[in-house]
Amino acid sequence: MTSLTTTQDRPSPELETEELTGAEIVVRALRDEGVEYIFGYPGGAVLYIYDKLEQQQDVKHILVRHEQAAVHAADAYSRVTGKVGVALVTSGPGATNAVTGIATAYMDSVPMVVITGQVPVALIGNDAFQEVDTVGITRPCTKHNFLVKDVRDLASTLKTAFYLAATGRPGPILVDIPKDITSHKTRYHYPGKVSLRSYKPTVKGHPGQVRKAMQLITSAQRPMFYTGGGIILGNASGELRKLVRTLGAPITHTLMGLGAYPASDRQFLGMLGMHGTYEANMAVQHCDVLVALGARFDDRVTGNLAKFAPHARIVHVDVDPSSISKNVRVDVPVVGDLQQVLLEMNQVLTENDQRNELQAMQAWWAQIEEWRQRDCLHYNQDDRIIKPQFVVQKLFELTGGDAIVTSDVGQHQMWAAQFYGFDRPRRWVNSGGLGTMGFGLPAAMGAQVAEPDSTVVCITGDGSIQMNIQELSTCLQHHLPVKVACLNNHYLGMVRQWQEFFYENRYAMSYVDALPDFVKLAEAYGHIGLRADTPADVEPVIREALRLKDRMVFMDFQVDPTENVYPMVPAGAALSEMILV
Amino acid sequence: MRHIISILLENEAGALSRVAGLFSARGYNIEAMTVAPTHDPSISRMTVATRGSEEIMEQVLKQLNKLVEVIRVHDLTEGPHIERELMLIKVHAVGQDREEVKRLSDVFRGRIIDVTDRSYTMELTGTGEKLDAFIHALDPGMVIEVVRSGASAISRGAKAI
Repeated sequence: MTSLTTTQDRPSPELETEELTGAEIVVRALRDEGVEYIFGYPGGAVLYIYDKLEQQQDVKHILVRHEQAAVHAADAYSRVTGKVGVALVTSGPGATNAVTGIATAYMDSVPMVVITGQVPVALIGNDAFQEVDTVGITRPCTKHNFLVKDVRDLASTLKTAFYLAATGRPGPILVDIPKDITSHKTRYHYPGKVSLRSYKPTVKGHPGQVRKAMQLITSAQRPMFYTGGGIILGNASGELRKLVRTLGAPITHTLMGLGAYPASDRQFLGMLGMHGTYEANMAVQHCDVLVALGARFDDRVTGNLAKFAPHARIVHVDVDPSSISKNVRVDVPVVGDLQQVLLEMNQVLTENDQRNELQAMQAWWAQIEEWRQRDCLHYNQDDRIIKPQFVVQKLFELTGGDAIVTSDVGQHQMWAAQFYGFDRPRRWVNSGGLGTMGFGLPAAMGAQVAEPDSTVVCITGDGSIQMNIQELSTCLQHHLPVKVACLNNHYLGMVRQWQEFFYENRYAMSYVDALPDFVKLAEAYGHIGLRADTPADVEPVIREALRLKDRMVFMDFQVDPTENVYPMVPAGAALSEMILV
Repeated sequence: MRHIISILLENEAGALSRVAGLFSARGYNIEAMTVAPTHDPSISRMTVATRGSEEIMEQVLKQLNKLVEVIRVHDLTEGPHIERELMLIKVHAVGQDREEVKRLSDVFRGRIIDVTDRSYTMELTGTGEKLDAFIHALDPGMVIEVVRSGASAISRGAKAI
């Protein structure tokens, strides 16, 4: 048992004879950690590390065009593979550019290690060139961070970083390495395991609580499952399906949880929350037992807290105790790893053979089907102007529902979530917590690196795509054939929608004039650009893009500029108070 | 309600700022905060005096526990405990005030630790209320400077937190 940076785990002389530089240690540690790809951008403070990266083949490096993109790409790589994503950037502006990416990963609990260069130890605090207090700046948006001040602590710190990133509630860990440390030498020893006296995440659920939870769930007349990103992060999708199918209960997902339960299954009611389906929101508001799994009762999910699920007793399973009873009082809390706890819940169910009362369940489903009849996602596609929903629906059909879809933030993100049905986890990659515009394209790159043979589609808007458009250059250099589907409405659509609903149609700064010609832009970057102006163009454009398997294709869909996302729960309203089409 | 929270944490650069940052980032109130190494030099003990509803306190404790460097968190106000604060106070003391201040200091079990021909500097320990009471007992014009440590606290009984 050691404290976080004690020297107990420093290499002892007999372990290895050869001395390595700090830079060599970084590369060796990444290799020993099984890291295949890292995403980064070089600069003065990390040149020793880049020099060593260049002299080996095990750890491959993807060169982005902006550090934010490196972190987003590493983040998406992690979301798709389940491995810890790794980004490498230089000191000062390299680190500050990475901050948005780090905060994005932190809000969505993505396991990641970000290595930043720092000015030499002797210059720290001197306002040196490209110096910034990186650990200070990133303290509130990392799970933990380190400044390595002795090369003998480097290997054990990196090991601890990977361990912290992936265990408990996952999150980004930053390791700040001063330049001189990367040139100092020491013997290399990569610890086999980490044990910290101050960090002991709970894995197993408390057996009594698990039994209590199952008792409450099976005694419900109107049970409802509400699950979030925790199921995906915890690889608990299999156990979840088993439990929900056995019980025959309805289930909804948060934006972060899509794909955990198959969208094509009748028991799935769609997403809940501000832009959730009528049936999902109504079911949450009317259920008598709500089972929240790996979800955190975010304000975009609950609507008005005082009016949230007023009849429900609540079971909440989460790996992070601080998520429990943070926003909503919970009746049966269970702290533990989702996969483990769900396994235990399934065991209890098998042993007790308790089931919900059949008649009550039939009545509950009859009610839900009635809500479903409302067809809240309905839209009319005429032959003149492209509806954005139609584009997503066509993408879904033509990719067989099996693409990895990344998105940016705004209306297109909601339409992607509503109209692209995910049957598998880790196929939907978006910035749910921080809501970072500019996430989509670099995320698509990370996803494509993770799965070179899969179709990766970035559903984006004309606003968001321009926040990291420079990454088209990365796509060319590294042969990443991502497909960008830009729902181009010439507006910051979600801003426009709020201005229409809540600011009396005063469209302050939401109209994006002087947009580039995206087709020509794609061509300038060495890619293929396709444009769809009418509904009849949509299918041929998508087909052509998918046919060009090895090329990056930018699809510019000129969509209805005034379309809104429905349903919508206005901020502060109860979930049942939806604005419908 | 007022709570006294004891935190054992790794004695490392940045650990204090993580705790302080958590309180400000989440909008929790801090009345006082003290920190110093324990008999084990690798561990610091921090005492935070704070206020909040039961719900907020539950979150404060959980969020503190979540910090990677925090080893243990305990709300001392949940059980019997002893709270002490150190105050150093410098007052004008001339003429008959000199005798008066000395008497008052004796009543509060203070000690005079520095003397000039015009001033006394005293050391007092006790609960926050006792120190407040001492200040109020003095003529406000007499006080030159006050330094308070913030509360330190420990549970009663034979066990550590």
